[in-house]
Amino acid sequence: MSNVLVQERDIVIPGEILAEGMDYLPGENTYRKESAIYSKVLGLVSIPGRVIKITPLAGPYIPRVGDKIIGKVSDITLNGWRVDTGTAYSAFLNVKDATTRFIKKDEDLSEIIAIGDYVVVILVNVTSQNLIDLTMKEPGLHKISGGRIIHINSQKVPRVIGKQGSMISLIKEKTGCDITIGQNGHVWIKGTTNGEYLAERAIKLIQEKSHQDGLTERMQKFLEDKRV
Amino acid sequence: MIVNKETIVQLASVQKRLDNRTLTEYRTPIVIETGISWTAEGSARVRIGDNIVIAGVKLSIEKPYNDTPDEGGIMVNAELLPLSNPEFETGPPGIKAVELARVVDRGIREAKAIDMKKLCIIPGEKAWFISIDIMTINDAGNLFDTAGLAALTALKSAHFPVVDESTGAIDYHQKTKVSLPLVKEPLPVTVYKINGSLLVDPTLEEERAYDARLTVTTDDSKTVSALQKGGTAPLTIDEVGRIVDLASEKAKFLREVLNKALR
Amino acid sequence: MVYKKRLDERKVDELRPMEAKAGVIPNADGSAYFKIGNTVCYAAVYGPRELFPRFLQNPKKGLLRCHYSMMPFSGSGERIRPGGNRRSQEISMVMNSSLEPVMDLSAFPNSVVDVFVDLPQTDAGTRCAAISAAAIALADAGIPMKDMVSSVAVGQVDGTVVADLNYNEEAYLGIVSDIPVAMLHNTKELTLLQMDGEISKEDLIKALEMAKIATERVYEVQKKALKERFSRE
Repeated sequence: MSNVLVQERDIVIPGEILAEGMDYLPGENTYRKESAIYSKVLGLVSIPGRVIKITPLAGPYIPRVGDKIIGKVSDITLNGWRVDTGTAYSAFLNVKDATTRFIKKDEDLSEIIAIGDYVVVILVNVTSQNLIDLTMKEPGLHKISGGRIIHINSQKVPRVIGKQGSMISLIKEKTGCDITIGQNGHVWIKGTTNGEYLAERAIKLIQEKSHQDGLTERMQKFLEDKRV
Repeated sequence: MIVNKETIVQLASVQKRLDNRTLTEYRTPIVIETGISWTAEGSARVRIGDNIVIAGVKLSIEKPYNDTPDEGGIMVNAELLPLSNPEFETGPPGIKAVELARVVDRGIREAKAIDMKKLCIIPGEKAWFISIDIMTINDAGNLFDTAGLAALTALKSAHFPVVDESTGAIDYHQKTKVSLPLVKEPLPVTVYKINGSLLVDPTLEEERAYDARLTVTTDDSKTVSALQKGGTAPLTIDEVGRIVDLASEKAKFLREVLNKALR
Repeated sequence: MVYKKRLDERKVDELRPMEAKAGVIPNADGSAYFKIGNTVCYAAVYGPRELFPRFLQNPKKGLLRCHYSMMPFSGSGERIRPGGNRRSQEISMVMNSSLEPVMDLSAFPNSVVDVFVDLPQTDAGTRCAAISAAAIALADAGIPMKDMVSSVAVGQVDGTVVADLNYNEEAYLGIVSDIPVAMLHNTKELTLLQMDGEISKEDLIKALEMAKIATERVYEVQKKALKERFSRE
């Protein structure tokens, strides 16, 4: 006889019991001990079918192949750039993955990308030790100039983007800003000063209220009231 | 963040900031609480925006210095706790913490804010010594002003502990109703120069973008009791005049917030 | 003389009033404020972040590193000289071993999770408060943990087994023992166990049984703090 002890979208803490019995399966961020399933993080309960999983409310960014992130160049080596990903793991951008143009043997790499510059890049390789290789050669990847960069918790990135990008489209439309969201939580906003400020506040508001219902309506109202 | 640094510098030239404040506006809320440590003789927690600083006052009885046998003493220490900023490290205070402590110390000492003679118990033998410890809880930029405000608040809230008449020992568990002989209320205000504009209460990012800064401590009568210039850019005499005016106006504003909070 | 009525009139198994809040330090990845009686802690978690020196790195999992520190004005007597001492080093170490068993840092090889706990005022039970605060801050930081760790002291004052001794009870004239414990919520296993003083085996077991109820009360406060941080309006 199995018994689910929590409901969809309940907030649970680490170690909290979610279900007893063997009818349910432990999903992401949960574990089974004997016949019970427990949460491993602070998060929201989700029960798609017979699986119980937890969506974290906070937590570190875990690097994954294919993710687009915004990183900050921390060092220049003989053959490329070391990029701070905002996590415990820095990444490497090789010269050949940075640009399609030919780079001469003794060219000054800091003329292309300097230390302190931000870059929009994609993770092409992540090892078990979290050694990361990057590319900047695909469309939409580039060095950043102008505007502002803000940081949000990476767990909130999906909410800021919204279903099929609906939330971020709404913010772009109402603030007139270009916005690029890195999966690591760095967000680049570029527009008028007032537009950037409004977009920053909107994104911070989503971060705070991401677990609440009716977020899109709320955001619609916030942006209408403050429209620039 | 270089991107933000460039934007901050550009905006400053047109009197704007990333967070839409005016150049002379402090962040909100400003929250001042006292009595946050029962083990201290006086204590305060000050919050300016996301900046949070705690200050505690401890009193002890010691032998006066030889050159001032009829006076007590004061000492200010500051710790940039690793708890308050990911860039702060464990270990003995670095130069940033030392500068912070010394700027707050000079502002109080040189304003003669404490009547040192009233701290004397027996000339040449016994006097009260005041230790102020400043601890950062969250560094969001502008620690000088926040720490100065916390230190003054802690001094204002302090009471002498009971002293056993026969043994002369301090009973730290009991406080008297007697406050410290605080005769002035000096407060530091730091004015930052970015791309030719003068502004107060910088965020962490603005602190990384400044050309010069000047901390000006003024008391209730607008007398200047301490100055500390930082940064690599020079300041003109005209700028110093404008900075002192701005700092004493802002110190007056902070003093009003403080006295309203303590009422 | 038998210790029948507690100095502050609490019941034998009654804890001092507690207060907890998660997310109090905006710069930190996770943080907490925890108060029990007159003992107050701030805890901040930073990480997982890059670990230096490199020889400390573990390619299998991240390292947990706790730092306990009393503010100079937080002791009940004279000012404490800042900069740490043997006592704070030992407490940092036992905090680590109390929390480590529940942490799952396997997704963060070679990294470190730093936990800083600073106390602005104290009145006994500081290491227990530090552990309870750190556990809230670690959960708030979204670090995977198999269970919550809740900590409080139990002990014996003049023949009576009690929970959560305050400073006056620790200093009571007569036979006193102070036993700081940390317990895992689900399994009731102990991850911190120390003792000062004297106690019989029977009273020790009785005190540890009482710790089950006492830590459960701390757990409820920790859980409430974490849920309130994200509660719907």
